[in-house]
Amino acid sequence: MSIYEVLQIIVPSAIFFAAPLIFTALGGVFSERSGVVNIGLEGLMIIGAFVSVVFNLTFADQFGAFTPWLALLAAMIVGAVFSLLHAVASVSFRADQVVSGVAINFLALGLTLFLVKKMYGKGQTDQIQVGFDKIDVPVLSHIPVIGPLFFSNAYIPSYLAIILAFVAWYIIYKTPFGLRLRAVGEHPMAADTMGINVTKMRYIAVMISGALGGIGGGVYATIISRDFSHATISGHGFMALAAMIFGKWHPIGAMGAALFFGLAQSLSIVGQTIPFLKNVPTVYLLIAPYVLTILALAGFIGRAEAPKSLGTPYIKGKR
Amino acid sequence: MNLNRLNQFFVPVLAVLLGMIVGSIVMIVSGYNPIAGYSALIYGAFGDPYYIGETIRQTTPYILSGLAVAFAFRTGLFNIGVEGQLIVGWLVAVWVGVSFDLPKVIHLPLAILAAALAGALWALIPGILKAYLKVHEVIITIMMNYIALHVTNAIIRSVLSDEGFKSQPIHESASLRSDFLDAITYHSTMHYGIIIAVIGAVIMWFLLEKTTKGFELRAVGFNQHASQYAGMNVRTNIVLAMVISGAFAGVAGAMEGLGTFGNISTKAGFTGIGFDGIAVALIGGNNAFGILLSALLFGALKVGALEMPSSAGVPTELVDIIIALIIFFVASSYIIRLLLSRLQKGAE
Repeated sequence: MSIYEVLQIIVPSAIFFAAPLIFTALGGVFSERSGVVNIGLEGLMIIGAFVSVVFNLTFADQFGAFTPWLALLAAMIVGAVFSLLHAVASVSFRADQVVSGVAINFLALGLTLFLVKKMYGKGQTDQIQVGFDKIDVPVLSHIPVIGPLFFSNAYIPSYLAIILAFVAWYIIYKTPFGLRLRAVGEHPMAADTMGINVTKMRYIAVMISGALGGIGGGVYATIISRDFSHATISGHGFMALAAMIFGKWHPIGAMGAALFFGLAQSLSIVGQTIPFLKNVPTVYLLIAPYVLTILALAGFIGRAEAPKSLGTPYIKGKR
Repeated sequence: MNLNRLNQFFVPVLAVLLGMIVGSIVMIVSGYNPIAGYSALIYGAFGDPYYIGETIRQTTPYILSGLAVAFAFRTGLFNIGVEGQLIVGWLVAVWVGVSFDLPKVIHLPLAILAAALAGALWALIPGILKAYLKVHEVIITIMMNYIALHVTNAIIRSVLSDEGFKSQPIHESASLRSDFLDAITYHSTMHYGIIIAVIGAVIMWFLLEKTTKGFELRAVGFNQHASQYAGMNVRTNIVLAMVISGAFAGVAGAMEGLGTFGNISTKAGFTGIGFDGIAVALIGGNNAFGILLSALLFGALKVGALEMPSSAGVPTELVDIIIALIIFFVASSYIIRLLLSRLQKGAE
C-alpha cells in the first residue's frame, strides 16, 4: 500500500470525525472567551444529537432531502435554549460554573434517555433513513493529489465546520462584538466601566456555545452514529473541550486541534487496515488527544493561557 | 445556632425538596403518576432486606467518592477526576486480588491499600501540575479520566485477560463479600465495604478537623498567600490534598472491584460514581457526616429507581434528572440564600 493510498483512507476519515468536534469546540471558544467555563459541552452535544435524530425520524417523510438540515436547525435552537440553564445558573445565580456544567451534562443525559424511553418504549431510537449526501466540491476536487484527498466524497457539514472556524475568528478578532466578548472575559469590570453589558454578553456567548454544541451533536448523530442511545455521545464534548484548550482558546487553533483529534480518532478505527500502523496499540491513539492537551496546558507545547476572568462570576461593584 | 449555620443545613435540604418537586412535575407532564412513582422508588430502596442490602451496596462507593470530592473542595481544589482515580483503583484492586495467594488478613488490606495508592498516584499528576505550574486541576483531571478509561481497558484486554472483556474473578481471600450478609439480605450484592466507607468518613473528619496537617490543608484552600506568609508550604499541601483525595477515590474503586463485582470488565463509558460523588459532596455540605447521609440519599435514589419501570412505568432516568436538578439548585445556592434571607428579614 503506497503512502498516497494510506492518506486517501486517513484524511477523509479524519475530516469526517473532526466535524462535530470543530462545531462544539468553536462553541466552547465563544463561551470561555466571555469568561464562562463550559464543561457542559458534552451535555449540549447530547441534546443536539437527540433532537436531530428525533426530528429526522419524525419528519423524514414530510421534508425529504431537507430533513437533516432542518434537524440541525432544530438541534441548534434547542441547544441554545438548553444552554440558557447554564447561563442563568452561572451568570445570574453566580453558581460555580464547573458544577453547573456538570449538572448540564447529567440533566441532558437523564432527560434525553427519559424522553427516548417515553417516546419509543426502548433504550435507543431507530436508525435514521435520511442522512447527508456525500459531495465532490466543484472545481477543487479536480486538483491533482489534493483534490481527491480533501475535496472528494465528503459531507457538506465538514466543510461548513471549517468555514465556520474562519467566520468565528473574524467575529472574535475583527468585529466590535468580538472585542466586547474578549473584554468581558479578560476584565469584566473594565468592560462594564466602558458601558458593555457584561451579563448580556455572557448570556449571548453561552447561548452561541449551546447552539454550536447542538449542531456538533446533531452532526455527530446524523453522519456518524445515525441513531441515539445512552452511548451515542460518550466523551466527544470533553474532547471538543480539549480541542478548544489545545487550540489555545483561538477559533483556528481549536479547528486545527479538532482536526488533529479527529485524525487520532480515525486512526484508532481504520489503523488496523494500514500496514505500518497495525502494530501500534490503539490505546496510544485513543489517549493521544488527552495527553497532548495536558502537555499543552503544562507548557510543554507552547503555553495555553486561559482568558483572565474565566470561571469567575461578575458581581457589579465588587472589587 | 447562627443564621449561616442554619442556611448551610437548609440549602441542601431545600435543593433536594425542589429537585423532588420538579421531578414530580416532570412525571405529571409525561403522564405518569408521581405518587406511584415515588412509592415505587421508596419501596425499591428500602422495601425488603434485599433492597436495603442493594441500597447500602450502592451507598458504599458513593460515600468514598463523595469524600474524595469533598476533601478536595475543602482544600480549595476541584477534583473532577474522581471517576478516573476510581477506575484505576478498581483495576489495581482486582489485579492484586487475582495475582496473589495470601491469607485474608494480609490480602484484603493489601488490595485496598494498593487501590488507594493507585488512586493517589493518578491524582498526583494534576496535583503537581497545579502546585508547580499553576495549571487548573479541573481540565487536567477531566483529561486524566479519559486516559484512565482507555488505559485500564487496554490492560484488561492484554494483561488481565487473553484479549477478553473481563478479568478473572478475584481470589476469595481478597473479597469483601460474605455468606452472612448474603443470607440476611436475601442474596443482595451487599458487602463489608460499608464499614470501610464509614471508617473513611471518620478518617476524613479527624484528618481535617483534628490534626495540624488538616488545618494547614484547609488554610491553603482558603488563602494561599496568607498560608505562605504563615510559613506553610503551599505547594506540598496542594499536592498532598490532591493525593489524599485520589486515595479516597481509589478505595471507592476497590469497593466495586473487591465487593460488588469481584472482577473488572472493559468499559465503554464511565461508571458515573465519580461524577455522582460531586453531587454527594455538595449535598453533604463537604462535611464527613453530611456525606454519609447524602450518599445514602443518592444510593437509595439510584437503587430505588430500578423499581420504578416495573411498578409505576416510569423510566429509571427520572432519577438522573432529579439528581441533575439537585446539583443545579445547590450550585445556585446564592439565589436560595437570597430568598432565605429575604424570608428571615420578613419574619423579623
